[in-house]
This record gives sequence, C-alpha cells and structure tokens, in this order.
Amino acid sequence: MTRKVPGPADPRDEILEHLQGMRAFAMSLTRNSAAADDLVQDTIVKAWKNFGSFQQGTNMRAWLFTILRNTFYSAKRKSNREVEDVDGVFAATLSVKPSHDGRLAMKDFEKAFALLPLEQREALILIGASELTYEEAAETCGVAIGTIKSRVNRGRAKLVELLDMSNDEPMELTDNATVAVITAGLSVRKNIA
Amino acid sequence: MDNSNRRSRLERQIDENLRKVYHNEEEDAPVPDRFLDLLAQLKEQDIAGDTENDA
Repeated sequence: MTRKVPGPADPRDEILEHLQGMRAFAMSLTRNSAAADDLVQDTIVKAWKNFGSFQQGTNMRAWLFTILRNTFYSAKRKSNREVEDVDGVFAATLSVKPSHDGRLAMKDFEKAFALLPLEQREALILIGASELTYEEAAETCGVAIGTIKSRVNRGRAKLVELLDMSNDEPMELTDNATVAVITAGLSVRKNIA
Repeated sequence: MDNSNRRSRLERQIDENLRKVYHNEEEDAPVPDRFLDLLAQLKEQDIAGDTENDA
C-alpha cells in the first residue's frame, strides 16, 4: 500500500515533526494513552483547518501545544469528570518511598510526577521536557511568565519533597530499559488511587 | 554542600530525567499509522476541495 504523506513543500508537514512531542504533552495531561492519542488527533485536525492562524517564523510546537491544551481543557470542562487537584491537597497526603540505594527509580519518579497538580505537570513538561521557553510556555498556557516559573519551581520542589531526596546520592534514571518501561507506564497509568 | 545548592542540583536532575523520559519516547517510538493516515486524509481533502473550486 502506498501511503500518501504530505509533500515537502507544504508548511503543514512540520506538524509531523512535533507529533511525538504532542503525544508526550498529551500524555502528561491525560495520563492515558488512548485519551492522549485522541487528543492529539483532534489537535491535528484543528491545526490543519486553522493553519492560516499560524504565524510563519514562530514556534510551531508552541502553537500546536496551545491548540492541544485548549482542546484538552475544553473537553475536560464538558466532561467534568476528573477532580481537580490544583492545590495538591491529594498529593500532599501521599509520599513516595526513596529507593534503598538512593538512586531515583523510574517508578518512583513516575509516581511522584503523577501526584503533581495538573498545572505543575504541564509546566514541567513544557519547560523541562519540551524545551519551550518560559515565554512560549506562558503563551501556551495563557498565563504570565512569572506564573509558569512559579509552577515549574513548585513542581520541582514538590518532586524533591515527594521523593524525599534528602541525601547527596545522585538521582538519575537507571538505564534505557527502565526508561522504556516508564515511558510505557506513562501510557497506561491512571490516577493513583 | 548547603541545602540551597543541593536543592538546585536535584531540581536540575529532575529536568534531566524529564527530558530523558520524553526524549526517549520521541526518539524511539514510531509514529502510529493513525496519524500518518489522518495527515494523508487531510491533504487529500484539501486537494479535492481545490479541484472542486477549480471546476
């Protein structure tokens, strides 16, 4: 079967380059692989149909993330099924036990990250993983730059607290296999009960 | 090492771990067919629309 992929002259082809980044961001929001891919699909359709609103020369990743985020929150408002934990009250009631050897196990990191409030997760993903600037992340989330910085700082601080990293041992992901496991885990993990 | 330095180092490591997790996913995971199909479908719809407009 011959697959038709958009030709190289079409500026919309760049969407493909950001697809996996969109999936990662969607995963951080939905914490469900099926929902994340549905969200990415909706985002692609909207981006394609509204491509005229994209300003050439600006960061397409940030533009796509904005559409994705707006789509997510719009659907969330409609369904209103997920209980917000903006203040981290739920997260504050839980803790993650550190690994015996002081190294950060991927499972620990995954659990701790999932406990963060949604707004902190998305800020950390946008800045820490997707390498958007603070300005781009702020525009994506529709908040002030200072707000993004605050969310990132609070998210990092909360992770340090949750992981109880009170010693000087290095914290690092153990190996590629473990990375693969947690990446897959991010795909299926639901809210920690 | 004082607490602020240690905290700063840990926070940097958190960012590195986040990048490692998501970089890994971006590098290794193939693009699912559903998205390639969707993009091809959207392109075809555009072409069909242009053809209708030209007619």
